[in-house]
Amino acid sequence: MLSEQEIAKLNTIMEQHAYDKTQVIAIMQAIQEEYRYLPEDALRYAAKELKISEAKIYGVATFYENFSLQPKGKYVIKVCDGTACHVRKSIPILNEFRNQLGVSESQPTTEDMMFTVETVSCLGACGLAPVCTINDEVHPSMTPQKVKELVAALKEEKA
Amino acid sequence: MRINTREELVKARERYLASLNSQRKKILVCAGTGCVAGGSLKIYERLKEIMDGLGVKNCVMLEEEPHDSVGLKKSGCHGFCEMGPLIRIEPMGWLYIKVRLEDCEEIIQKSILGDECIERLIYCDKEGNTYEKQEEIPFYKQQTRLALEHCGQINAESITEYIAVGGYQAVAKALFDMSSEDIVNEVTKASLRGRGGGGFPTGKKWQQVLNQKEEVKYIVCNGDEGDPGAFMDRSMMEGDPHRVIEGMIIAGIATRAHYGYIYVRAEYPLAVSRLQTAIDKANKRGLLGKNILNSGFDYELKISQGAGAFVCGEGSALTASIEGNRGMPRVKPPRTVEKGLFGKPTVLNNVETFCNVPSIILNGADWYNQYGPENNHGTKAFALTGNVNNTGLIEVPMGTPLRKVIFDIGGGVKGGEFKAVQIGGPSGGCLCYNDKDNHLDLPLDFDSLKKVGAMIGSGGLVVMNNKSCMVEVARFFMNFTQNESCGKCVPCREGTKRMLELLDDIVEGRGTLEHLELLEELAETVSETALCGLGKTAASPVTSTLKYFRDEYIAHVVEKRCPAGQCKALVNFTIDATLCKGCTKCARMCPVGAITGNLKEAHTIDTTKCIKCRACIDGCAFHAIHEV
Repeated sequence: MLSEQEIAKLNTIMEQHAYDKTQVIAIMQAIQEEYRYLPEDALRYAAKELKISEAKIYGVATFYENFSLQPKGKYVIKVCDGTACHVRKSIPILNEFRNQLGVSESQPTTEDMMFTVETVSCLGACGLAPVCTINDEVHPSMTPQKVKELVAALKEEKA
Repeated sequence: MRINTREELVKARERYLASLNSQRKKILVCAGTGCVAGGSLKIYERLKEIMDGLGVKNCVMLEEEPHDSVGLKKSGCHGFCEMGPLIRIEPMGWLYIKVRLEDCEEIIQKSILGDECIERLIYCDKEGNTYEKQEEIPFYKQQTRLALEHCGQINAESITEYIAVGGYQAVAKALFDMSSEDIVNEVTKASLRGRGGGGFPTGKKWQQVLNQKEEVKYIVCNGDEGDPGAFMDRSMMEGDPHRVIEGMIIAGIATRAHYGYIYVRAEYPLAVSRLQTAIDKANKRGLLGKNILNSGFDYELKISQGAGAFVCGEGSALTASIEGNRGMPRVKPPRTVEKGLFGKPTVLNNVETFCNVPSIILNGADWYNQYGPENNHGTKAFALTGNVNNTGLIEVPMGTPLRKVIFDIGGGVKGGEFKAVQIGGPSGGCLCYNDKDNHLDLPLDFDSLKKVGAMIGSGGLVVMNNKSCMVEVARFFMNFTQNESCGKCVPCREGTKRMLELLDDIVEGRGTLEHLELLEELAETVSETALCGLGKTAASPVTSTLKYFRDEYIAHVVEKRCPAGQCKALVNFTIDATLCKGCTKCARMCPVGAITGNLKEAHTIDTTKCIKCRACIDGCAFHAIHEV
């Protein structure tokens, strides 16, 4: 169930987009910004308010890579596996993050909900390959050693 | 302050230009995504802090009267991303590379307050030659920057600077001196072709939309640059957003359309914010919105953000996404020019295409035709990445040979010898250089590339050295397209999946010669029967690697060997007995106990136990362990 506060917030988001159903992607992006994922209740509510079917909003939400129906960690780590990063060895970076945090492709988020590790196809920072982003901050020229340091620093920050 | 008429625009330009010229020095800090990642914004803040501390006037708005100050600005991408963070000092044209926070004080003292160039911050090539001036560096010297003209040269967030360097004059010319037909004819005469990949003649497209009788028409800019390894459009949207807008307004005038959308992929947050700032400022100045320059022409522009789907780069999928639907392509005809966005006639062009328009209108088609070969006129921006010394953003005339791009501008191949270059992303193909095929001297233009089964795509050039396995590369692209396949048509949804399985088998050592036959058969079927461009070209990386690197495939399936030593399943490690000193280090390091041997005697590896972690190779002081 959505709290009154949540409903108010969702209403504001939809007002900002004038309850325009063609804006459903932008609306869901705003909702995701709020929750860091798309909670089922929020989607149902948005569908009702925008006068579109739940099937339709679910269809759009699951089509696009950026939307997540699962909660994500506080730190979202995206390892770029675009061509340029790939030929400059991005897979060892990805594996190192997964090893360090004990996550996998099917289980991308740590149990304490602190970290999510995923791949992204090209951030356009190919000149600095291989790169990763942590909550949208770009980290250039990554090495497995740097991964260790970054994870240690983030864990310290959290403690 | 609103600019109401053409005369006011001309006057505003004079005023801003005088103001810009009165800045006695300018510091252009690169604020493209690459340099920002390297910390350029902190450098900007630090430079500002130091100048503020010293009482040096900086960051003055151009509206003010001519003044004696230093112009500190965040510019668009300078292109030389490998060497970032970059700072350009004008009027001398010095380029400082790999600038750190600690260098800021010295830069202000020596180069801004004094006139001294700081030797250690300038570019030095492999031969030890140093270059003070940006334009003299081989990376820049061989380029022709038309679409990227202002990228890195002006403050990316300032509309006044854009106006000062001649911005929006092309819109004025199009509004007052030309009819819609004139504009279309000029673009047609310039033989401008779509820079998004297909190379469709832009003038023809505009003509088709102009011919439509509908009241409402749309101009859509495709900024969904999804090709991995390409970032030209991003750099243009970030570095010179007003140019994109100007090109779109002109397209609107030419086709009598009054609404525009820029579709930007969600992975480019900086581009979105720069474009939004630019749109807001242009609206405020009256260069967008109602009655532009008192001409009676209205034009409204909006940004639509993608949400991470490669297929949305395809026209009908992109318009579906703007409408708030799943971004799936539809059967054509009707084509986008007849029934595009919201079912209305739509001009859909790529960012770079729009960026070429203002200078064609201002300088004319004849001027534009001096660049590039017949039917392929103009320049093309490329993102040069991968195993190349100078990665970055470049722009060269169409028809420039690949060799010049990789060796003269790119400074040669990094970490090995040249093997191949992947052009056009997952829809393109591999180019190579061997006894049979010499693509290095191939001119880079639409028609020449098509002849060898590749395409210019949006312009990503990923250079690969001899340590790259081409089968693995093909697998990588197939994995990408299979992930991004929208699932609407069977050939793409199922075909790419099966092709990926076949490639997985090959790199993991289960391949046979039949695998190759089946791959080729599937590739043909998929490319002939898939619904959209993504599907039709999905097999290109496989077809082109099979064509040019067949021996590598054969080595994988027949000899179970990966010539580049990349496919883990096919690599075995051995110890060279003549080099091994029997120090026992590798045996101690091996995590699975696969290495045995007595002290001071040559060791051996049990390949059945070996997990190929490379710990022994990296640890051996005598380089006695090799991959076979």
